[in-house]
Amino acid sequence: MGSLPVRSATSERLSSLRRSAANHLVTTLAILSTVVVLVPLVAILGYLIYKGASSLNLAFFTHVPAPVGQPGGGMANAIVGSGVILGLASLLGIPVGIGAGVYLAEYGQGRLFGNIIRFTADVLNGVPSIVMGMAAYALIVAKQQHFSAFAGGIALAIMMVPTITRTTEEMLATVPHAVREAALGLGIPKWRTVISVSLRTASPGIITGCMLAFARVAGETAPLLFTAFGNQFWSFNLNQPIAALPLQIFVYAVSPYDEWHRLAWAGALVLIAMIMISVTLVRIFANRGALKGGH
Amino acid sequence: MRLKFTVYSHGFNKVAWENAERVPMNKPGSIQLPQTVLSERTQAAEPVVEAIKPPSIVRSFLQSKSSGKVADGTFWGLMIVCALSIFLIVLLILSVLVVNSKLSIHTFGWKFFTSSSWDPNSGDFGALPFIWGTVVSSLLAVCMAVPLALCVSIFLLEICPLWLRGPIAFLTELLAAIPSVIYGLWAIFILVPIMRDNVGPVLQKYLGWTGFFGGSNFGVGMLTASVILAIMIFPVISSISRDVMKAVPIHQREAALALGATRWEMIRMSVLRNARIGIVGSVILGLGRALGETMAVTMVIGNHPDISKSLFAPATTLASVIANEFSEATGDLYLSALIEIGLALFLVTIVVNGIARLLVWAVTRGNTARAA
Amino acid sequence: MGVDIHVENLNAWYGQTHTLKDINLQIPANHATALIGPSGCGKSTFVRCLNRMHETNPIARAEGTVRIGDIDIYKDASPVEIRRRIGMVFQRPNPFPTMSIYDNVASGLKLNGFRNKRVLDEVVERSLKSAALWDEVKDDLKKKSGASISGGQQQRLCIARALAVDPEVLLMDEPASALDPVSTAKIEDLIFELKSQYTIVIVTHNMQQAARVAENTGFFLTGTLVEFGKTHKIFTNPSDKRTEDYITGRFG
Repeated sequence: MGSLPVRSATSERLSSLRRSAANHLVTTLAILSTVVVLVPLVAILGYLIYKGASSLNLAFFTHVPAPVGQPGGGMANAIVGSGVILGLASLLGIPVGIGAGVYLAEYGQGRLFGNIIRFTADVLNGVPSIVMGMAAYALIVAKQQHFSAFAGGIALAIMMVPTITRTTEEMLATVPHAVREAALGLGIPKWRTVISVSLRTASPGIITGCMLAFARVAGETAPLLFTAFGNQFWSFNLNQPIAALPLQIFVYAVSPYDEWHRLAWAGALVLIAMIMISVTLVRIFANRGALKGGH
Repeated sequence: MRLKFTVYSHGFNKVAWENAERVPMNKPGSIQLPQTVLSERTQAAEPVVEAIKPPSIVRSFLQSKSSGKVADGTFWGLMIVCALSIFLIVLLILSVLVVNSKLSIHTFGWKFFTSSSWDPNSGDFGALPFIWGTVVSSLLAVCMAVPLALCVSIFLLEICPLWLRGPIAFLTELLAAIPSVIYGLWAIFILVPIMRDNVGPVLQKYLGWTGFFGGSNFGVGMLTASVILAIMIFPVISSISRDVMKAVPIHQREAALALGATRWEMIRMSVLRNARIGIVGSVILGLGRALGETMAVTMVIGNHPDISKSLFAPATTLASVIANEFSEATGDLYLSALIEIGLALFLVTIVVNGIARLLVWAVTRGNTARAA
Repeated sequence: MGVDIHVENLNAWYGQTHTLKDINLQIPANHATALIGPSGCGKSTFVRCLNRMHETNPIARAEGTVRIGDIDIYKDASPVEIRRRIGMVFQRPNPFPTMSIYDNVASGLKLNGFRNKRVLDEVVERSLKSAALWDEVKDDLKKKSGASISGGQQQRLCIARALAVDPEVLLMDEPASALDPVSTAKIEDLIFELKSQYTIVIVTHNMQQAARVAENTGFFLTGTLVEFGKTHKIFTNPSDKRTEDYITGRFG
């Protein structure tokens, strides 16, 4: 008889047991790893808040760093410096990023050139930040013979561009074709259609993308090491070295002084808080203009 | 000038309309069109036809507007310049790194990557210790992060109750938002003591015989750097592998379940098998991130250009030697050697990221195309 | 006032597919003209050629002569200028979701740079009244988004938007196919009212609709215009066998 091999009842039972055991094992493993991953996260955030909050005081926001050995001092100049560098980076990076995204979504669909740009943006996104800093150094600092806030801003702007480009493209792709047709059918020129219809419809997503890019570069230290360089004093000159919060945290963290460690924790808390607050503020701001019932 | 604009009421003549004999909308077969209906309607519309319309300012305004061709061309030009600039940025970075590392490339040639001496005083530079440090720390980090990331992705997609999915996904993504320097700060004050006092001795006791955990353990070194790297690249691998797994069509899962597969068998047979290329892509992407990670590593790796078998020993990576020495580098050759390291890092991450992107695209694109 | 439309030897392609073959017809001014035919017969492509929307698809192209009034639209003007003279209403309601009802109606003027607020107010009111939507939305003009009203109201909003630029011709590509019967009846009433002032071309796959609103009807089949004439004649005494087959429901 050429029948199929018949398994005995016991082997059937065993195999079924093994299968359900494997199933349970994997389920347990998956739950366990999630817990394992959440531990460092909670540890980092918890410790940051605990250490940072206990080290924060008013002087931190109003004073410049004190000289070595002297107690007190703050990071007022670094907070403002970070704002200056990030403002410059956003001013340069956001328009270019959105522009490139508009090109990819509205003009470059299905073209080889569009695909090359898309791929380049993804690859640029993965280039280490320290290399960006090095390039900005070689391009600007080495030529000018001095460190500058401007060079730091450029390095961060370049890092913002690919993220913004890709989110802008993705968000524009979600705008229905029918809406674009409506505008073109009214005799509105393409450029106006892109700005007032496509971009406007996709704006919540694009704003979120810009905020993500901003949050990502706001904590960057490596590209600023030899561009903005840091400064112990107030500086508002874009052509001069300027203090930045992440740089200051780095310098204080690796220093041997307890007082500076304390300030580093306070700085870290302020940095995280600044990132979170600016992201939330822009979201609220962007949502306020929305109409009832709009998508 | 006050513009006069007559507002017409086009409110239709309801009575006339309702009195008219309407053709039933869903009458099957051929359509009879009563002549009377048509004529009656035309009459009803007659008065409006006869009204004289004022010259419309709207129409004259629109006809006076240009075709917008110039503005359209300018806009297109601006957008393409933005798009091109991305390409140019990469070229610019590449050329500036090549030009500035010429001196070192000419002086050392390929020997630069095989020599392990790094002596700024005598002007002898070799990058092998940094390559070693980068490769070992990154691979270790990937080995630690990948199983965890895959387990978490599976948990979130297939096991986790819906209400918990959002918060946990948010928390893991929050890990990606923490700046590198803050990871470093945390590592210096929390992770290093733990590695020194708790984890290190245990590893030494049970795995010391392998030789990987020998020598003195200061807490600062290759192993600690790998751990912090693993934590940092985890969100990258996790979120992208989750996207890739999500792209596996639902009918593939249902097919496996319909055959009587357990949940794990379904995950293995349909989800992991179909998403494997994309998962590999996400792992390589994580590797790319680890290779270039600078600040946190610099803060805990010990910064010593040695090649040591022990993972407790301090080491240096390509990125951290740049961070540590670049602004103090004196002499053209020293600077040039550091820039060549940057160039190597740039090229390696471009290749690694390029491969990873192509793999991820292959999976997610293929699926959207099939779904459409 | 509307203008008449002359089409001579119009051919259109999508990639390699020849979707319109040698179309010749004359559409009289200030009347409604219906285009019927089975789906894929080229009737939508035809109206899209009349305001050069056809060419917004990069693989599409058209050849031939289309005169709207005294303008040869493929020779004398740019697509943008043509579309300002010819309003279009699409198959699915497509209001701008991020704009208020007011801004939706005013968009054709505002986005072309028209700034006179008083005139805009008048135009918006007049257009919404013409589209029989004014009474339903006059209290939420600037509060509600164009996407927040019902589907039938959205389509009437789209008609108001097209009317606001004071076009000479109004093209409607199956304007009621996505709507319920009550909304459809409203749209048909509206067409009936509007045709005294605009040249209306309406594509429909619903023969009763064509019979109800149009004086003239053209029957398209596989990219050719089979028959064109008085609606009454087409439906009661077609001269072509294929037209008869179609309207008696033998295919399509």
